[in-house]
Amino acid sequence: MPDFSLPAAVPISWYLILSAVLFTLGIAGFLLRRSIITVFMSIELMLNAVNLTFVTFSYKLKAVDGHIFTFFVMVVAAAEAAVGLAIILTVFRNRSTLEIDEVNSLKL
Amino acid sequence: MSQFYTSTDHFVLLPALLLAMFGCAVLLFDFWIFPQEQLRKHLIWFVALGEAFTAIALFRQYSFLNEHGGELVAFNGALVIDGFALFFHWLFLAATLIVALISYRYLEVREEHHGEYYGILMLAQCGMFFLASGTDLVTMFVGLELMAVSFYILVGFLRTDKRSNEAALKYLLLGAFSSGFLAYGFSLLYGMAGSTRLRDVATAVAARDLKDPILLMAIGTVSVGLFFKVSAVPFHMWAPDAYEGAPTSVTAFLSVGSKAASFALLIRLFTALGAARSVWEPVLAGVAVLSLTIGNFAAVTQTNTKRLLAYSSISHAGYMLLGLVAGNDRGLQGMLVYLLVYTFMNLGAFLVIIALNQKDVAGEDVADLGGLIHRNPGYALLMLVFLLSLAGIPPTAGFIGKYYIFMALVEAKMYFLAVIAALYVAVAVFYYFRMVRSMFVEKQEHAGPLTTSFGMRAALVVTGLATLVVGLYPEPFVRLAQTSLMR
Repeated sequence: MPDFSLPAAVPISWYLILSAVLFTLGIAGFLLRRSIITVFMSIELMLNAVNLTFVTFSYKLKAVDGHIFTFFVMVVAAAEAAVGLAIILTVFRNRSTLEIDEVNSLKL
Repeated sequence: MSQFYTSTDHFVLLPALLLAMFGCAVLLFDFWIFPQEQLRKHLIWFVALGEAFTAIALFRQYSFLNEHGGELVAFNGALVIDGFALFFHWLFLAATLIVALISYRYLEVREEHHGEYYGILMLAQCGMFFLASGTDLVTMFVGLELMAVSFYILVGFLRTDKRSNEAALKYLLLGAFSSGFLAYGFSLLYGMAGSTRLRDVATAVAARDLKDPILLMAIGTVSVGLFFKVSAVPFHMWAPDAYEGAPTSVTAFLSVGSKAASFALLIRLFTALGAARSVWEPVLAGVAVLSLTIGNFAAVTQTNTKRLLAYSSISHAGYMLLGLVAGNDRGLQGMLVYLLVYTFMNLGAFLVIIALNQKDVAGEDVADLGGLIHRNPGYALLMLVFLLSLAGIPPTAGFIGKYYIFMALVEAKMYFLAVIAALYVAVAVFYYFRMVRSMFVEKQEHAGPLTTSFGMRAALVVTGLATLVVGLYPEPFVRLAQTSLMR
C-alpha cells in the first residue's frame, strides 16, 4: 500500500514550485484577461509570488535579507497600486469603460 | 559589526538625500505656500536651488575620487560611488535641469501647470541615482520603482487628455509587469547567492554550472525585465504609445533619463552575471539586432514625430546593446559615449517639437515641421543638427557614438554584427531626412512666428552646442568615458 501521509515538514521545493505556479498564473492573467482591474490584480499576484520565493529562500538560508526585500516589494506594490488605481480612475472618468480593448486611441 | 550610519554613508547618499528632500519640499510648498497661480512659476527657482546643492555634493564626490582614486562604498556595499556612477549622475542632472527649464512654457500652453510636476521630476532623478549607484538588489529594485512610479504619474500628467491617460495606463501596466519579472529574477539570484549584494551574486553565479535551470531562469527573467525597461524589441510595445501620449516634455525626459538609468542598471547587472556570459551574449545580440530591425523599419512609416522618435530610440537602444555584446572595454566606453551624445541630441530634437507646440497647434506631425526654415531658420538649422546627429552623420556627435560601437564590434571580431549595424544607418537616414525634407522643402503648414521662452532658447543652445562640440572635438568626452570605467 503506497504511503499517502504528508511529510512532517513541507519541503522547501514545494514552496518554490507554488511560487513559480503563482507567478505563471499572474503572467497568464496579465496576458489573457481583458478587464483593466483584473490585469492589475494579476500583477499583484506576480509580486506576491516574488515575496513567497524571497521568504522561502530566507527561511532556508537562515538569513534576513530576503525578509527585508519582501517588505520593500510590499511597499512598492502599495505605491504602485495607489498610483495605478488613480490612473485607472482617470481613464474611467474620461472614457467610462474598463475594458482594455476599448482603450485604444493610440494606434498599435 | 560595522557602524550603522557612518560619515562615508552620508557622503555617498547626500545627492539622493538632497533630491528627495527638495522633491518632497516642492510638493509641500506647492500645496501650502504657493496656492496662487502667479506665485507658482517661482517654484522653478526652488528646483534650481536643489539641483545646485546636488551638483555641489556630486562635485565633492568627484574631487574626492580624483584625489584618492578607487571608489566610495557605503552601507556595507549597498551603494557605491565610482567613476561609472558619477558619469551617470552628471548626465541625469543635466537632463533633469534641461527638462525643468523647458517644461514651464509647455505646461502653460497645455493649461496643466502644477507645482508637483517639478517635485516628481526630482523624485524620478532620485530614483535614477539609486539605479546608477546601487550595488545591492534591494537598492536597485527600490530605485527602479521610485523612478518608474514617478514616470507613471508624469506620463499621465495631462489629466483631461484621453491620450495622456491611455499612455499612462499602458506604461503602468507593462512597467509593473516587467518589474514583476525583474523582482522574480532577483529572488532567484538571492536564492543562489544567499545575499542581495551584487558581488556575492557575481561569485555565486561564477560557481554555478551554466546549465543549472535556476540560473537560466534567473538570467531569463532578469533579462526580460531589463529589456522592457530599455525598450528593446520584443519588449518595446509600451514605448511608442507612452512617448506619443505623454506630455512632450515628459517624453523627452523619459527617452533620455529613464533610458540612461535603465542602461546603467543593465550594465551593472550583466557585468555581475559576467560568468554566465556565454548564456546571455547570444540572446543580447539577437535582441539588439531585432531592436535595430523593428525600430528602424517601423519608424519609416510614422507620421507622428513623437512616435517616430520613439521607434528611433528603440533602434538606438539596439546600438547601445551591441556595445555590451562586444564585451570589450571599448564596447562599454562606446555605450557611455553613446548615452552621453544620445541624451543631448534626443533632448534637442524633442525641444524643437515642444517649440512647435503653440496655443492651438499640437505640432506633433511631421507635416507640422513644414517650412520651418522660413518660419524660424534658427530652429530649423538646430533641428537639422539634431537629426544629422541622430542619424550618425559626421561631424555631429551621433557619429562618434556609433563609431565607437562599430570599433568595439570590429575589435571583438564580430564583423557580421558590425555590418548589420552599419547598414541600418542607411534606413535611419531615410526617415530622419523625411523630417528634414519637410522642414526645408515642403510648404509652410502654419502661419505666424513661434512664441518661445527664455528657458527654451537656453536649453536649445546647450543641447545644440553639446551635439556639435562632442562631434567636432570628441577627445575629452571619450577620455571622460574611459576614466569613468576605470576601477
